[in-house]
Amino acid sequence: MNPFSSGTRLRDMIRAIRACKTAAEERAVVRKECAAIRAAISENDQDYRHRNLAKLMFIHMLGYPTHFGQMECLKLIASAGFPEKRIGYLGLMLLLDERQEVLMLVTNSLKQDLNHSNQYIVGLALCALGNICSAEMARDLAPEVERLLHGRDPNIKKKAALCSIRIIRKVPDLAENFMGPAASLLKEKHHGVLIAGVQLCTDLCKANTDALEYLRKNCTEGLVRILKDVSNSPYAPEYDIAGITDPFLHIRVLRLMRMLGQEDADSSEYMNDILAQVATKTESNKNVGNAILYECVETIMGIEATSGLRVLAINILGRFLSNRDNNIRYVALNMLMKAITVDAQAVQRHRTTILECVKDSDASIRKRALELVFLLVNDGNVKPLAKELIDYLEVSDQEFKGDLTAKICSIVEKFSQEKLWYIDQMFKVLSLAGNYVKDDVWHALIVVISNAPDLQGYSVRSLYRALQTSYEQESLVRVAVWCIGEYGEMLVNNVGVLEVEEPMTVTESDAVDAVELALKRHSSDMTTRAMSLIALLKLSSRFTPTSERIKEIVTQHKGSVALELQQRSIEFNSIIQRHQNIKWVTDLLVVNNIARHPLKILVVESMHLLLGCWCMCRSSLVERMPVLDEAAYLGKRAGSSQPTLSAEKSSKPTTSAASLKLPNGVAKPPAAPLVDLLDLSSDDAPVLPSAPNDFLNDLLGIGLPNSSSSGAAPSTTTDLLMDLLSIGTSPAQNGPSDSNVVPSSAKAAESKPAPVTAPVMDLLDGLPSNASPPRDENLVYPTITAFESSTLKIAFSFEKQPEKPQVTLISATFTNLSSSTLTNFIFQAAVPKFVQLHLDPASSSTLPANGNGTITQSLRVTNTQHGQKPLAMRVRMAYKFNDEDKLEQGQISNFPPGL
Amino acid sequence: MGIRFVVLVNKQGQTRLAQYYCDHMTVSERRALEAEIVRKCLARTDHQCSFVEHRNYKIVYRRYASLFFLVGVDNDENELAILEFIHLLVETLDRHFGNVCELDIMLHLEKAHFILEEMVMNGCIVETNKSSILAPIQLMDKAS
Repeated sequence: MNPFSSGTRLRDMIRAIRACKTAAEERAVVRKECAAIRAAISENDQDYRHRNLAKLMFIHMLGYPTHFGQMECLKLIASAGFPEKRIGYLGLMLLLDERQEVLMLVTNSLKQDLNHSNQYIVGLALCALGNICSAEMARDLAPEVERLLHGRDPNIKKKAALCSIRIIRKVPDLAENFMGPAASLLKEKHHGVLIAGVQLCTDLCKANTDALEYLRKNCTEGLVRILKDVSNSPYAPEYDIAGITDPFLHIRVLRLMRMLGQEDADSSEYMNDILAQVATKTESNKNVGNAILYECVETIMGIEATSGLRVLAINILGRFLSNRDNNIRYVALNMLMKAITVDAQAVQRHRTTILECVKDSDASIRKRALELVFLLVNDGNVKPLAKELIDYLEVSDQEFKGDLTAKICSIVEKFSQEKLWYIDQMFKVLSLAGNYVKDDVWHALIVVISNAPDLQGYSVRSLYRALQTSYEQESLVRVAVWCIGEYGEMLVNNVGVLEVEEPMTVTESDAVDAVELALKRHSSDMTTRAMSLIALLKLSSRFTPTSERIKEIVTQHKGSVALELQQRSIEFNSIIQRHQNIKWVTDLLVVNNIARHPLKILVVESMHLLLGCWCMCRSSLVERMPVLDEAAYLGKRAGSSQPTLSAEKSSKPTTSAASLKLPNGVAKPPAAPLVDLLDLSSDDAPVLPSAPNDFLNDLLGIGLPNSSSSGAAPSTTTDLLMDLLSIGTSPAQNGPSDSNVVPSSAKAAESKPAPVTAPVMDLLDGLPSNASPPRDENLVYPTITAFESSTLKIAFSFEKQPEKPQVTLISATFTNLSSSTLTNFIFQAAVPKFVQLHLDPASSSTLPANGNGTITQSLRVTNTQHGQKPLAMRVRMAYKFNDEDKLEQGQISNFPPGL
Repeated sequence: MGIRFVVLVNKQGQTRLAQYYCDHMTVSERRALEAEIVRKCLARTDHQCSFVEHRNYKIVYRRYASLFFLVGVDNDENELAILEFIHLLVETLDRHFGNVCELDIMLHLEKAHFILEEMVMNGCIVETNKSSILAPIQLMDKAS
């Protein structure tokens, strides 16, 4: 005999489980018990089957898997004795987990038991069927249940009625079979049968309209009679609850009345009297009475009741709302939600009370009240209501803020009549609970601001002000940073000041400070940082004096581990760097235009276009975003639950398709970053699908006036350009890659130098070399100030070839800060053992005073432990200063990482 | 349909009885749901209302000594009536066990289920007469 199979008693197992101090101990006990039960099952142990199943139920309740016991249930159900059947059915209902094959097996046993002579066994089978039956079982066993509905025993009838509910729900087609029997159930006297019958009728009404019509015709009268009987009945001890006879029956009857009376004047009229009686006579000092009143009011609101009855119902609601019991207040709020469609005016009267409930300490009541307020808002009261709610936002619980914020935002969006008000409210919400504002909400705000030119100055100033106090609110920071980037000059120059505004002065560097602080404070949030970088880029062109500083800030992110930030940083850095050079090339072009050499004209022409690309690209990058289409955006938001995603998907193929069709494929590369930038972090701002096309037109529009001097037709120019660069045909360039445009197009040009374009290439080559922009293939490191004293400043710039990561070329630039010339200048450097150093001769040994000239000297450093140890260096400078020998030393440890 | 589940938990949040009347719930889902609602309901104070909204259910709960009765209902159910129903359930258990306590329900889990089964079927109330509810159970007790 198996040592486990004797098993413990149920009581002992429960005691053992209760004695467990940790979850692990409990699991061990349960595992042991389950093993014993399994063993008993496999041995087909008859004696303990009952006990084992009881144990399994307990184990199931604790949340452990018990599927292996399902077959035991079937065996117990199939046995003859009542106690076995009883526990078997119970086990079936508890342990079954939608396993159809097990259910199929039980169908036959159920059928037998439904036909059993013992009423209790029939009851058991009905109960099990009512709780678990599937559609197939419902079809198979519906005739048996229907037959039982006509039986005599009330205990069987009530269960058969409830079982029918399940059958109808599983197979709605069967509803018509049950209409007749259901109606006749309402003529019974037994309360159990009545309540089951009423519930069956309610479900039939839900199942199909035929049944609803049938029951309306045949049952309204009966229902009214039942309600009359039960509410007028003398004391009935077995059904009495706190002085009211069978409140459950009351409530179910009222509910069915609501279904029958809905949109049906005749039956509603028939119900009026009894409803009035229930509404006036029911005692409201106990919970039971209130439960009935609650249902009664709901029914009055649901049917075509007379206006007098409605007033009665609204008065009950008012009484409920002022009740001190929180339960009653909760249901009152619940009911007012339903009443608002019937009588909005009456609900509006309770507005102040409802607003008080929003501030209740009870989360359930707050939630209800908030939803109700949301329904109460209309054009007339939106301002005071929104103010109330926003004021409350400041003091509300943390966990409530999310809900509250969402509701306020949607109220403000929905009912804003003027943009100023909308913007104001949104700013308040952003500064109070910016962390709870959903992305689509602040996106919408940005769309609105971009569409309101007269409010942009006000917006950016308000945001700047709000930013000073609420730097921790993420969405506020994002919107503010975006606005400062777009409308920075309005902030500084106080453009479009409204009357309500307090005057303030913000300098250009203050604006940059604000963005920089955002970058620092939200160092973990990619979106905010990316937006800040874009804002800085835009500011760099608006506030030229700050551009050096911005470049420094942008450069700091070159080493960012986030690819997106690193890329942006590098791209933006070169854009800022090139900014000045554009002017130079444009000047050059003017000169070239004057000399009308035939070949030159062609060349200059294509250069125009190329520059057009570049200028357009740059100006598009740093200029304001095109105004976002408000209607389209809002429509899209409302239309789909995942608007940005779908827009992304649909816009990407169309843009590339469009550019492929057009002969001027070259427009695509500039368009890509534009789209990229518009698209902030690739799912933020909506992409306008037409942007690339428009852009192309713009581009041509800009390029053409320049080229018209040559008199060439536009189409030949574009073709020529395409030939020159052979970009349009190369699919790699058309892909949605975000690579830096200008270097890539320049690269493409370099790689395919057509003979005729040689001068162009020279020009273009001259441009990068003059500006010394970072080449894509060279790793880029920022220039550092290695040493600085009162007399001397040393700057290091770095160059590295990717194939030799260990070797770094450093060019040191020495500047004399003092007022007299330094002579006999000697620079010496020492490095740790793992570094090799080669020092080239210096360009001179004399440093002119006041920084009027420099000495340069190159160093070649080989870091043998590249990637493990950072570079470090000691330096010593010896020179004659006013005929005195001087010596300065210093240690350089601020090398950029990665050297 | 009305009632979606009836769960009894003690003060420590351990489940003492659980009966579900809705389909498609695996054991782990039930466990998760119970943990969530217990955390929500047990944290509430006496003077807060007895209704908690959770997922798409509304939970009506009532505390009797160390036992919490949590009943999950549909959103359109009459909460006050369910509160009364909980009381009726407790009274019925009381009448059967005689001053019912947590241990009674644990040790006679199947009896508690039988009683509940006579009162609720497929989420609908079957019977509210205590004598009728208890009759089959007493009959079975006598037989054994």
